[in-house]
Amino acid sequence: MSRYEQHLLPPPSSRLWLLAALFLVLLPHLWRMPVALSLASLGVFGWRLAHELKGWPLPRRALRWLLTLLAFAAVALLFKSVVGRDAGVALLSVMLCLKLLELRTLRDALITLYIGYFLVLGAFLFDQSLYIGGYLLLVVLLLTAALIALNHPQSSAASTRFYLRYAGQLLLQAFPLMVALFLLFPRLDGPLWHMPQERTGKTGLSDEIRMGTLSSLVESEEVVFRVEFQGPIPAADRLYWRGPVLWRTDGRLWRTLRQPLLPAVPHFAAASEPLSYNVTLEAGDRRWLFALDLPATLPQGLDSPALIRPDFQLLADKPLTTTQRYTVSSVLDYRTSQLNDAEWWAALQLPEEVNPETVALARGWVDAGLTPEQLVTRALNYFRDNDFYYSRRPPLLDNDPVDDFLFNSRRGFCEHYATSFVTLMRAAGVPARVVTGYQGGERNRLGDYLIVRQSNAHAWGEVWLEGQGWRRIDPTSNIPPERVEEVVDSQRFTTTDLLAGVAQGREFGLFKKGFYRLRHMWDAMNHGWNQWVLGFDKGQQERLLKALGLQEKGWGGLILLLVGALLVLVALISAVVLLQRPRQSDPVQRHYQRFCAKLAKRGVVRKADEGPLDYATRAALALPQHRELITTITRLYVALRYQPPGQEAPLSEFKRAIGRL
Amino acid sequence: MTRRLVGGRLFAGQRAFWQRLLRRDAAESGPVTLTRRRVYILPSRNGVVFGVLLLAMLIGAINYQNSLAFIFTFLLAGLGVVSMVHTFRNLNGLRLRVGHIQPVFAGEQAAFPLSVENPRGHPRFALKLHFTGQPPEGLDLPVNGGQWLQLHHPTAQRGWLHPGRITLYTRFPLGLFHAWGYANIAMRALVYPAPSNERSLPAELLVPSGSDGDQGRGDDDFAALRPYHPGDSLRHVHWKVLARGQGLVTKQFGGGVNEELWLRWEQLGNLALEEKLSRLTRWVLEADARGMTYGLALPDREITPSRGEAHRRHCLEALALFQMPTERRGFTG
Repeated sequence: MSRYEQHLLPPPSSRLWLLAALFLVLLPHLWRMPVALSLASLGVFGWRLAHELKGWPLPRRALRWLLTLLAFAAVALLFKSVVGRDAGVALLSVMLCLKLLELRTLRDALITLYIGYFLVLGAFLFDQSLYIGGYLLLVVLLLTAALIALNHPQSSAASTRFYLRYAGQLLLQAFPLMVALFLLFPRLDGPLWHMPQERTGKTGLSDEIRMGTLSSLVESEEVVFRVEFQGPIPAADRLYWRGPVLWRTDGRLWRTLRQPLLPAVPHFAAASEPLSYNVTLEAGDRRWLFALDLPATLPQGLDSPALIRPDFQLLADKPLTTTQRYTVSSVLDYRTSQLNDAEWWAALQLPEEVNPETVALARGWVDAGLTPEQLVTRALNYFRDNDFYYSRRPPLLDNDPVDDFLFNSRRGFCEHYATSFVTLMRAAGVPARVVTGYQGGERNRLGDYLIVRQSNAHAWGEVWLEGQGWRRIDPTSNIPPERVEEVVDSQRFTTTDLLAGVAQGREFGLFKKGFYRLRHMWDAMNHGWNQWVLGFDKGQQERLLKALGLQEKGWGGLILLLVGALLVLVALISAVVLLQRPRQSDPVQRHYQRFCAKLAKRGVVRKADEGPLDYATRAALALPQHRELITTITRLYVALRYQPPGQEAPLSEFKRAIGRL
Repeated sequence: MTRRLVGGRLFAGQRAFWQRLLRRDAAESGPVTLTRRRVYILPSRNGVVFGVLLLAMLIGAINYQNSLAFIFTFLLAGLGVVSMVHTFRNLNGLRLRVGHIQPVFAGEQAAFPLSVENPRGHPRFALKLHFTGQPPEGLDLPVNGGQWLQLHHPTAQRGWLHPGRITLYTRFPLGLFHAWGYANIAMRALVYPAPSNERSLPAELLVPSGSDGDQGRGDDDFAALRPYHPGDSLRHVHWKVLARGQGLVTKQFGGGVNEELWLRWEQLGNLALEEKLSRLTRWVLEADARGMTYGLALPDREITPSRGEAHRRHCLEALALFQMPTERRGFTG
């Protein structure tokens, strides 16, 4: 910036532009920051706005310093740090507001604008959804328009639309460059240096069950993961997405067993072909990975290596704070091997003093001489033949929850049935455990994939039978549909395609149909976004290059390719921008200019102050061989130009005459 | 032989290159067009800051493995590149013409009227023009439009003022790039000596120089009225007649004494050269203001007595260029 410009005042209308754009940048951050800090920032912002609109005085330097120190202290106190993602972004937001108080010169304005761009990036560190992406694209458009306004001293409020249009044009032209950079910029396997990870505190499936804890999950429509099958989607009653396996119990609370993590899938005999599919798992703060019973391979394509427990629960190396996409295959018919002593003991562990009636009931069946298989059937029949109801809002249970549930309330959902069933089995001496995870999923026809939501959370039982190994028993699915209180729950085990039900026009009204259709469309967009934008990593980049036939060139090759692509694109954009000649809207003028250009090529250039008649006279003298044409064309031009409407010479004649020259 | 020829041509090409690089081209007369090869472009200081910002963003994106952060960083990088093309286009193909330049007295600002024309089909924004070391003037231009503006240059010395080349620059639209070009148009302003503060004409000058004065063109006694001619002193305009709406009329005086003055170099004695010129300039202005008939006698030149606007200019020009080396290039200011 030259010395004449760095102290210039930014044009007044551009200052309002800047404030508007910055406010929209700040909005998502203010929403997230501690309330005190947000309010303080808003106050400072309001001060500047009042200065701009009402002429309020700005604070003096001493007060500004004091405010800055206070803000710094507040951030340090509230976040216990001034670095890291949360504290850093908060500090930047507050400082941006404070900078507004001393915004005087063009340079100040530009600094705030650059901080604004940086804060847009900051917002992406918290949220990468389609919503925030779209919102911030709009904000970038505004910021860029503000930047144009700041660089245009003659700007006025009247040019608002022009700045927006220009900014849009620039962004549109930048788009191909962005795509090339995004696809071809070499990606690393991991971060340059380790950043402190912050917990997002999302709710999810829990790794323990105390009756009643799953009730909140059932209500949530949040997407947990999406699955694309390489073949057809299996029937709904086979879609059991395995999560934490619960072994240890005190009669009320069920928890996982401390087990070693294995780097390979434990041996089991597969009785059907493995099924391969891709899972896109939404970010959370857990390590859990989900696969259909039972995973035959470890997931591939994760940021960190995947591990497996001996009870077939898949886990990542560290919490999955970003959206992950992995490929895994499962075998739906299987036979697991023998139990070792520790597992045998853990699968039968049950405190005697809790739920005495349940224990007595199971003992009674054993005394009747039932085999383990018959015991399983007996227990399932017990649920079917007595009036058990499936309810999302079951009554609270007392200190012997299984007793209370089996003999008294008889209303509950999956976790009540699963834990009661496993309790019965253990009391009867059959090794059993509770498996939590997700069941079923909603098929999205638009993208042909399965959506699994928090409301698909489920719990079921597994019993170990001699000669068969672990077998999945889902007592909840044994409840007859007429005893299920909600329609959606009865659909759960019969079809994965809610829209199929919609198509048949049963159970859903027209409104609900439309709702599901819209929801699927939106979800398909989100899925595409996750898959192609958020999930684009080193692996995807390699696959893309392979598809283009450019694999194994290494970094050097990639950079060469990137530079080549950029050069071509810049050349194309330059050509579009520099050769762009908006046509003269007036055809007469356009053709006359063509005529002038033709004469100029023959050496007679029209002077700036030369009228058409003078020019024609001069041209006719210089080019006597064309005198007649020149005179005709000029006569026609003058006629077209200056005759009253309705009496002009025909344009076609004018055009033809110029063509003949 | 051939080799020498090739070498010679190469050398000539190099010289042309260096001349272009150092922008030592001779001044051009007539309109100057900023063609593609005359527009230079480099990142501005803000552009460098923006680049550093982008680098920080890129590191953030890599470290957090954040796809949207990548996209955003790359979008801004693309924006920067595109803005370079737009900044270039904003200057490319502009045409500059210089208008009539009025002479000024030393110490005043010389004004150079310039016409900036946009022969292209896209509008121009935030163009800046300045002489080296002078503050810039800004303007916008519509499609196929032009505008006149004045660039000022301070004057210190009498003689011809060559303001040097004009720098045109722009940073529109994003301020990340600085595109500039030079228009080395042939132009000069005539700078008269600064008039001395000694206002009055010395008394001895008012001594009549001859008895046979021409009737009717003196200054003292009112003789008649005649239509105004350009060059007549405004002091002699009959304002009352004008106020009556009867047009400009000049009063003619018939002096018994002919007040034909000779403003002579020798009359100034031992004063320094510039001071003498300064005094003479003041005398010319005074005599002209009084509507006198005066002549100028310089050591190397005499201007016969006359009066009026043209005569005054003639005299002042002689004073401005007194003992100045003549300029080879003959242009008219």
